[in-house]
Amino acid sequence: MESFKADVVIVGGGGAGLRAAIAVAESDPTLKIALVSKVYPMRSHTVAAEGGSAGVKLPTDSLEYHFNDTVGGGDWLCEQDVVEYFVAHCNEELTQLEHWGCPWSRTPDGHVNVRAFGGMKIERTWFAADKTGFHMLHTLFQTSIKYPSIKRFDEHFCVDLVVANGRVQGVVAIEIGSGEFTFVEGRSVVIATGGAGRVFRENTNGGVVTGDGMALAYRHGVPLRDMEFVQYHPTCMPGTGLLFTEACRGEGGFLVNKDGYRYLQDYGLGPAEPSPRNKAMELGPRDRLSQAFWYEQQKGRTIEGQHGSVVHLDLRHLGEAKLRERLPQIYELAEQFLGVDPARAPIPVRPAVHYTMGGIMVDGLCASPLPGLYAAGECSSVGIHGANRLGSNSLSELCVFGKVAGVEAARFAKAVAPGDSASLLKQAQVVEQRVLGLKLKTGGNERIATLRKEMAQTMEDGCGIYRLAETMQKTCDKLDELKERFKQVNVEDKSSVWNTEWLLAIELEYQLDVAQSMAYSALNRRESRGAHQRLDGFEKRDDENFLQHSQAHYVAGGAPRIDYGPVKITKSKPGTRAYGAAGEKAEQERKASNV
Amino acid sequence: MSENQRTIEIEVLRYHPEKDKVPYQQVFQVPFTDDMSVLQGVQYIKDYLDGSLSFRWSCRMAICGSCGMMINGEPSLSCETFLRDYYPARVRVEALAHFPIERDLVINMEGFIEKLESIQPYIIPKEKRTLEQGEYLQTPEQLNAYEQFSSCINCMLCYAACPQFGLNPEFIGPGAMALLHRYNVDSRDGGKAERMELVASEEGVFHCTAVGYCSEVCPKHVDPANAVNQNKTNAAADYFLRFLAPKGGAK
Repeated sequence: MESFKADVVIVGGGGAGLRAAIAVAESDPTLKIALVSKVYPMRSHTVAAEGGSAGVKLPTDSLEYHFNDTVGGGDWLCEQDVVEYFVAHCNEELTQLEHWGCPWSRTPDGHVNVRAFGGMKIERTWFAADKTGFHMLHTLFQTSIKYPSIKRFDEHFCVDLVVANGRVQGVVAIEIGSGEFTFVEGRSVVIATGGAGRVFRENTNGGVVTGDGMALAYRHGVPLRDMEFVQYHPTCMPGTGLLFTEACRGEGGFLVNKDGYRYLQDYGLGPAEPSPRNKAMELGPRDRLSQAFWYEQQKGRTIEGQHGSVVHLDLRHLGEAKLRERLPQIYELAEQFLGVDPARAPIPVRPAVHYTMGGIMVDGLCASPLPGLYAAGECSSVGIHGANRLGSNSLSELCVFGKVAGVEAARFAKAVAPGDSASLLKQAQVVEQRVLGLKLKTGGNERIATLRKEMAQTMEDGCGIYRLAETMQKTCDKLDELKERFKQVNVEDKSSVWNTEWLLAIELEYQLDVAQSMAYSALNRRESRGAHQRLDGFEKRDDENFLQHSQAHYVAGGAPRIDYGPVKITKSKPGTRAYGAAGEKAEQERKASNV
Repeated sequence: MSENQRTIEIEVLRYHPEKDKVPYQQVFQVPFTDDMSVLQGVQYIKDYLDGSLSFRWSCRMAICGSCGMMINGEPSLSCETFLRDYYPARVRVEALAHFPIERDLVINMEGFIEKLESIQPYIIPKEKRTLEQGEYLQTPEQLNAYEQFSSCINCMLCYAACPQFGLNPEFIGPGAMALLHRYNVDSRDGGKAERMELVASEEGVFHCTAVGYCSEVCPKHVDPANAVNQNKTNAAADYFLRFLAPKGGAK
């Protein structure tokens, strides 16, 4: 088994991982950084983010507005001190990306332009056409090449953390191209492996989004926090789930039902005006829009398609020129995948799973309860998204907290003594034998794809837009069954080079653990908040009992143990979450009562 | 879904270095619907017919750049190439041309990554600016000068299309050249002189014979041929100017 001695190990080469790596390199060029990623960094799923990244920019905007939008958008389940830090650092980080070459779209006088986004009071979403994540990721990846202290382990698949003396001291990874194991030793580890949307059937996520880092931390006793909050994005391609960015609506697009009616006005988001006002109608938050779709479907006002019910995303009135300029990728996706010219016909859309609000529990400095272990980005729960993330906050999160995680992991690495390499390597060899065992065992009769599909279906059935105890319980039971059946999984391919069947089996095991944390957390939350909506007697938010973060603890061979932790409230007391005209009224009342 | 289901033959180039001396073809019968991509076809094979088939993929929407393959001999992203366009004939899927095959449809891309790293693909600031000073001003016209070249997703279809790269794997090739050009023409950048040394070197642009197939297969309209040829002019000017100016003429 190969081994490599780093100071800081970063797992995941997407936006957060790259930003963390650069932060370590800049904070101390003598620190050796290992960046371990199961794909080449520019393949990471940050690449698929479309609409933009939030940061207060206009003179009419303020940090307070961004704070209020985020905390209210998260239905008050946010760590308010962390949100305050976040909104105060977005602009600086996005400017840093500008200095590194990110091709932000511009105003005629050369300043960075901003667009409207759902749930945001003022335009503050920086964008690079509709390929913002792509440009941010490539900018970060290409910039990372400048730093000689970053040693990349591309196409290395992380299979475990090595924990000794009560702290994390490295990771074990498989080099995919050879099937060989490497022990990457480090005095601190940053997990930046992204979300877990692939545990659901219809989702916007790339194949790599399998919750690996969440499961790794979870199995070592780190709680997964707020896992029941899974975001359904309202405008996705039927069947594949591919994303049509919220920027379609930020640029003025409409959502209409089968009668051509802008149905959102029936769900407390109106009035319907010729162009959507901020925080109203099509610019409402994602949870509300996906919920409105569900009701339209119940009322029989959706359109039946080959892949289920759809509504129409109508962009025709924006005209071809504007669409080509602002939404070129959306234009091509509609044309190539659906045969729809969005300047001439509406795009059929339906909600699909998009984002994991919860994740590895970390404090405002990205530190998990396991000493030396940090997390940033979608895999983490640093506390800014609460029960519902606002669009364009996550790309900023990658930068703001990627940097924090890097700086903190560097600081930790310098403060602790190096580990006992020989004994750590022995531990890594035990991991190697266990992981090889999964591949080499014979006699299994369960097909990976079958288990994966059953998992994804039961998650959709039980943990969808609206939830009932009975179906959530069924999902929990089904996941228990699948975990049992996984013991009989059959990896036909016993070879070493590019054995992706083996990797799929390992990923599936990660996914089953993460799915369990979601389903059990959901079943236990007997209220409705943000993206977690129940229809079985718990339709209301219950601050008395559930203004708390859920924490799922791993239990080997059993169901997770769920407990709760406090929510940090600093300056925004939980209030009525309202949008459209009702939201404006509520805001005025809040202001009046504060005077 | 089922009423529109038909069956197509997918012929896949297989190669496993632990078992096979040479690559061989294997044919699979794959049920498909009209909205299914070639990628979904090979995923079906992996899920239900042969778990040992290896290929790269992720985003499914032509932006991550992972799933490039030769489809009926043409470099293509398999996620945005549809089975319906080949039916009822058989569709042939192979690893990207001109690269060493690691296994099945997976090519070795280390050489490409080294080229990408070699061209200093980051801003070398023309003038330093602190974060407190805010963003560099860049007009939409200045953005427009390089935006297209910044759209490269590193899918390497252009390399599979490039006859020069096929003959000489050291040739820097269209994708890396487009990226080099992207930074050279960015109004914030002052690193052109450093980068042009690579352009004019042995592996540089003069290898290009202006076939233009690279731009034809580019799924993102980057037009790498244009970048290569603009740099031929620049490199030629640079070559002659270095006799006149002590530090070379490139600015």
